[in-house]
Amino acid sequence: MNQDTSGKEFAPWNDASEKPLITFKNVTKKFGEFVAISDLNLDIYAREFFALLGPSGCGKTTLMRMLAGFEAPTSGVIELAGQDIAAIPPNKREVNMMFQSYALFPHLNIWDNIAFGLRREKMPKDQMEARVEEMLRLTKMEKFARRKPHQVSGGQRQRVALARSLAKAPKLLLLDEPLGALDAKLRQDTQFELMDIQESTGTTFVIVTHDQEEAMTVASRVAVMDHGKLVQVDTPDVIYETPNSVYVADFIGDVNIIEGTAEANGDSVALTWTEGQPALIGSANQPIAKGASAAMAIRPEKIAISSEKPTDRTNVLQGKVLDIAYLGNISTYHVQLDNGTVIKAQIANTRRIARRNFTWEDPVWLSWTDTAGIVLAV
Amino acid sequence: MRRFSWFNATSLTIGFAFLYLPMLILVIYSFNESKLVTVWAGFSTKWYGELFRNEAFLDAAYVTLRVAIFSSLLATVLGTMAAYVLVRAGRFPGRTLFSGMIYAPLVMPEVITGLSLLLLFISLGLDRGVLTIVLAHTTFSMCFVSVVVSARLASFDQSLEEAALDLGCTPFEAFRLVTLPVIAPAVISGWLLAFTLSLDDLVIASFTSGPSATTLPIKIWSSIRLGVSPEINALSTILIAIVATGVISASLISKRAAMQRDLDSKT
Repeated sequence: MNQDTSGKEFAPWNDASEKPLITFKNVTKKFGEFVAISDLNLDIYAREFFALLGPSGCGKTTLMRMLAGFEAPTSGVIELAGQDIAAIPPNKREVNMMFQSYALFPHLNIWDNIAFGLRREKMPKDQMEARVEEMLRLTKMEKFARRKPHQVSGGQRQRVALARSLAKAPKLLLLDEPLGALDAKLRQDTQFELMDIQESTGTTFVIVTHDQEEAMTVASRVAVMDHGKLVQVDTPDVIYETPNSVYVADFIGDVNIIEGTAEANGDSVALTWTEGQPALIGSANQPIAKGASAAMAIRPEKIAISSEKPTDRTNVLQGKVLDIAYLGNISTYHVQLDNGTVIKAQIANTRRIARRNFTWEDPVWLSWTDTAGIVLAV
Repeated sequence: MRRFSWFNATSLTIGFAFLYLPMLILVIYSFNESKLVTVWAGFSTKWYGELFRNEAFLDAAYVTLRVAIFSSLLATVLGTMAAYVLVRAGRFPGRTLFSGMIYAPLVMPEVITGLSLLLLFISLGLDRGVLTIVLAHTTFSMCFVSVVVSARLASFDQSLEEAALDLGCTPFEAFRLVTLPVIAPAVISGWLLAFTLSLDDLVIASFTSGPSATTLPIKIWSSIRLGVSPEINALSTILIAIVATGVISASLISKRAAMQRDLDSKT
């Protein structure tokens, strides 16, 4: 997705010689007694599309507002391009923000909204006009330049807000739940547009969202937050395939969590989880002590369903179909095991629905490979 | 209540008659030919002519207009500032006290406001005249302005100001270029309200005016004690027209602004 011109993968976070654009050093933010951000360290690199993801109240918006200058850290240092920005007021920062409510000025037309920031920096008239036209073209809003914000649709307003925040060519663009007000279809289209614009302008984007799909779609790296702390910062595929905790596994996508006791088994880890059933085999990305309580996270799409017992796999469980959720492209089967545990398994509907193999109450076998499940310390 | 029944029609008629019959009679008699106020002798506009030749009334009208203009402008500035602080400054010690105190003059008996201002001016050694009436009118009409403006500010999306700061405005520029234009309808209707209140006021003006400055309501009041003249009817009719225009435009402006806000918030 993010590739530079040489075709090499874009991964400055793996390159020790790269200097980060933004650095959080031991940043803490308190509102009275409430700790919104707790001793946080984070590097964000130039040209990244960085997503802050977490439930509401996890501190992601506070983190963004500190970058914009609307909040100051209680302790710690935030650097932008090597410079401590604590003393710089919002109007002097080379950072612009796209607000959740869009915050378009209702008394100005779209052209003047986009020109607003340029007028403040006293840009020459012809240069400013060219820049506004360029922004209108970029966001495909040329035809609506003379309209007032309330005379265009929600999606168009979102684009005007983006154009206005990009007009000053900031070093860093902050996006606060930018697509929250759009419906699902428009949201998807706009996500791809955002990515195109981010790549064509080469601006660093930091996006705040509570929508994990959105974060996965647009971001080069995702930071999963909880209670003012970073839980995991990684590329979307790493976050999805090798979450570092049950919290991340559970927050990102659909997952089955099976709790038990860990036992080392060569390269992999065995998990004893219930009496009378063989241990489950999975991989672990950090060492887990023998006998420690642990949980296996297994994605529903990695579980196969069959009517015959598979012979080539060790992770095999029997149960009966409790529920089927038909979602068009895929179906999710809720399978109840003998001990009452319900496991979700997904099957892509490559055939027409009339030819479905399993139905309610059918006895089925669930199976997955030794590397499909991740064993995590609890 | 969907049908317009006889009962509804009657209530409406009685209600409006109660409110407007006195004024209607005054307006009708202002066009009376006769010198006797209560005897109708045919249509004429001569009392309006007489009125404009009456120096004392014209002087009083000039004083009233000056007082209304200056006090309403001053009240608009102070009332808007007060509203801005109360809505925006967040929690500061004494905030509740302040917001309660700003509304107190709304319910305070005018006699008391007038008397206390009189005492203040005397102790300051201020000669009573146009200046003291302006100050007194500013005092009570700024609360009305601040009520109207703070209602608008409360529904104002604060991220608009943050966006202005973000795009390079100083806090004052953000207020001037974004906040003020957006709340302008409320400020204007507050100003119109202050203007009409000042035009109307008798009680506070009579406490704070001096021999050098008499406002129109005081003039009317004192000449009525010598007997109602048709001139007074004509003058009152003009005042009713001015006040009605002011109040109606204030409410139209705020209604239009509310409609505009609905449009803005519509997705």
